[in-house]
Amino acid sequence: MDTHVHDRRRFLALSAALAATPALTACGAGFGGDDSKSDGSAADDVTGSFDWKREKGTTVKALLNKHPYTDALIADLKSFTERTGIKVEYDVFPEDNYFDKLTVDLSSGRASYDVFMLGAYMVWQYGPPGWLEDLGPWMRNASATGSEWDQADFFPNLLQADQWSLKAGAPLGQGGQYALPWGWETNVVAYNTDVFKKLGLKPAETFDELRDIAGVIKRKAPGAGFDGMYGIAVRGSRSWATIHPGFMTMYARNGLKDFTVRDGKLTPAMNTPEAVAFTEDWAGMVKQGGPPSWTSYTWYQCSSDLGAKKAGMLFDADTAAYFQAVEGASPASGKIAFHPGPKGPDGSLATNMWIWSLGMNAKSKKKSASWLFLQWATGKEHLRRSAITHNHIDPVRRSIADDPAYKDKMKHLPGFIETFETVVDQTKIQFTPQAQFFDATTSWAAALQEIYGGKGAESVLGRLAGDLADKVG
Amino acid sequence: MGWRLALRPYVLIVPALLLTCGILYPFGLGLYYTLFDFSASKPQPDMVRFENYQTVFTQEAFWNSAWVTVLYAVGAAAVETVLGVAVALLLHRSSLVGRVLEKILILPLMIAPVIAAIIWKLMLQPSVGVVNHLLRPFGLGGVQWTDTPTGALLSSIAVDVWVYTPFVAILALAGLRSLPTSPFEAAAVDGAGWWYTFRRLTLPMLWPYVLVAVIFRFMDSLKVFDIIYALTEGGPGDSTVVLQIRAYLEAIRFQRYSFGISYTIVLWAVVYLAAMVLVKHLGKIQRKAAEAK
Repeated sequence: MDTHVHDRRRFLALSAALAATPALTACGAGFGGDDSKSDGSAADDVTGSFDWKREKGTTVKALLNKHPYTDALIADLKSFTERTGIKVEYDVFPEDNYFDKLTVDLSSGRASYDVFMLGAYMVWQYGPPGWLEDLGPWMRNASATGSEWDQADFFPNLLQADQWSLKAGAPLGQGGQYALPWGWETNVVAYNTDVFKKLGLKPAETFDELRDIAGVIKRKAPGAGFDGMYGIAVRGSRSWATIHPGFMTMYARNGLKDFTVRDGKLTPAMNTPEAVAFTEDWAGMVKQGGPPSWTSYTWYQCSSDLGAKKAGMLFDADTAAYFQAVEGASPASGKIAFHPGPKGPDGSLATNMWIWSLGMNAKSKKKSASWLFLQWATGKEHLRRSAITHNHIDPVRRSIADDPAYKDKMKHLPGFIETFETVVDQTKIQFTPQAQFFDATTSWAAALQEIYGGKGAESVLGRLAGDLADKVG
Repeated sequence: MGWRLALRPYVLIVPALLLTCGILYPFGLGLYYTLFDFSASKPQPDMVRFENYQTVFTQEAFWNSAWVTVLYAVGAAAVETVLGVAVALLLHRSSLVGRVLEKILILPLMIAPVIAAIIWKLMLQPSVGVVNHLLRPFGLGGVQWTDTPTGALLSSIAVDVWVYTPFVAILALAGLRSLPTSPFEAAAVDGAGWWYTFRRLTLPMLWPYVLVAVIFRFMDSLKVFDIIYALTEGGPGDSTVVLQIRAYLEAIRFQRYSFGISYTIVLWAVVYLAAMVLVKHLGKIQRKAAEAK
């Protein structure tokens, strides 16, 4: 049986069915994945000496998310084409619907895009159905990969974050390499130096201090010349993205887990007494010092509020603050400093991270050319240029993070480099890898909103854990 | 000649038949696939018969979504009907202002609902939104419109009302303009007051038009996705997760395809039943209105 044809038929029929039924008018779904896994890799077909021009004349299609990293990539594409003779066509979508587009496209089983951006968490969703090419064989093949690519130069925790055995609960860093780190974000605290100076505050070293400071700023800053300023910007929308930055970072620093894994079985742990207490404190912090309309807050509002001097602190991706801190970017430019954020009770600075990665479609017909593109896009030369002349930070390669030109560029941002260097070794994905990640974290965000709204944390998180136990257990 | 004539009716219905098949085939296939356990993690599915529906109906989340959907649809359709008819009555009196307002009235309908929701999201933002800015002099500048379950639902309904009230008003206005003038002239000669004329003549004759608007708006509101998703994403908590959003999350975000389609089929059944009841009622009302004329 031709499974590709069969899958395509299923996809078309079911997309039409979804449109015909009254729901899902704005979207479609497909069933293009298949169980069949080839033993061999297309990487094995590449032999001889490494040659950038090997796929000259080929066109690679890329799906990209609108992002400053993407801007840097697009600005430099000419140099890739000059080096390889490969043309890159691309579509750029805003983040709100980027992943829906990617999911539908991959699930259709088509190869409309050869390469694409994805987060490390997406590997857990796209990996098991076989939609992602295992890049390990390509990386290991000296005929396919130039020596200057230098795998050892990547921060090891980043490379490991995109590596998984596709087994729920299995730790990262084992199994296939389903994407390559390209740009990443640590989650730290950025703060407005003016308001801290005026109110005589120092960055929080503990979670209790952070909550206190957030409340103090909200109470006192408006009367001290900072009209409408509140204490701390953290995400709050009903989305998986609410959980992974500040919340998960502080959660992990408190030694808490999302799931416990025993004999391959996952048990939700967000309802342990310690997790309940922490979640209550987090919701309390938002109530006392957070933004109005918090339940609609995405990274964009958080970042904008710091830049607009509406937020005294931001506990989110360092890049979200960086884009407001660069000269001329916002009213708060030049007045934003960085700090690793509160330590856990045992001094932990465990930090969760987001990695913009690049992956290859397992159904691509142009894998060799696609690999050359991935190799170039994650290579030292392009990433160095992007970091120094554009805004492609944080570097995924140690050589760029240590590069004097990069450090020189970043030195005007108080605490940025020190913060990065403090947390980099403790930054990793703090979630338990499992395919229901997006369901679990979206439900978790909804639970957080309910607790913020006044419902009891114990009962809300108990119900959440019960629901998730059925889904992931 | 005879056989050609006999065949003609069948040939004439071929386009309609093809169109019907085009609609029903994917629908039927979708229904068929709800009997499986398709998901991204299970691309080679097993037949599970009615297990998806069983799971849907035993989930607390489904009943919560069903309740929210009904509240939203009833609330939006009711307010839009009352406001739409009121606006139509005001515009029915011919005047220059009325003619200008009639043109302006249609503007919200020209905006995609998702855009309208985004615009309103910005306007309802508590600290920088224009709504709170305007309410501040009255001591209401701190309202957190979408932060509470009730507020989020009412705000979503308000956006729906803003977008679709003109639709009801236009239908009602067209109805008003098509009413015969003689009963009204007779009532005026008899000295009937405005309220009596409205209650005894205008409303009974206008009902078929109003009910058509109600049917459209109620069915459409049951299927709402864009306005709520853009405004609240279904939050806070699960307070605005209507059936469409639940189906979207299940099928697209969480990639449990068969399960997600099961939600859409259940929603389809709800809309179908509601439409049957309302259309039957419309028939009765149309007959009564014809008698009144």
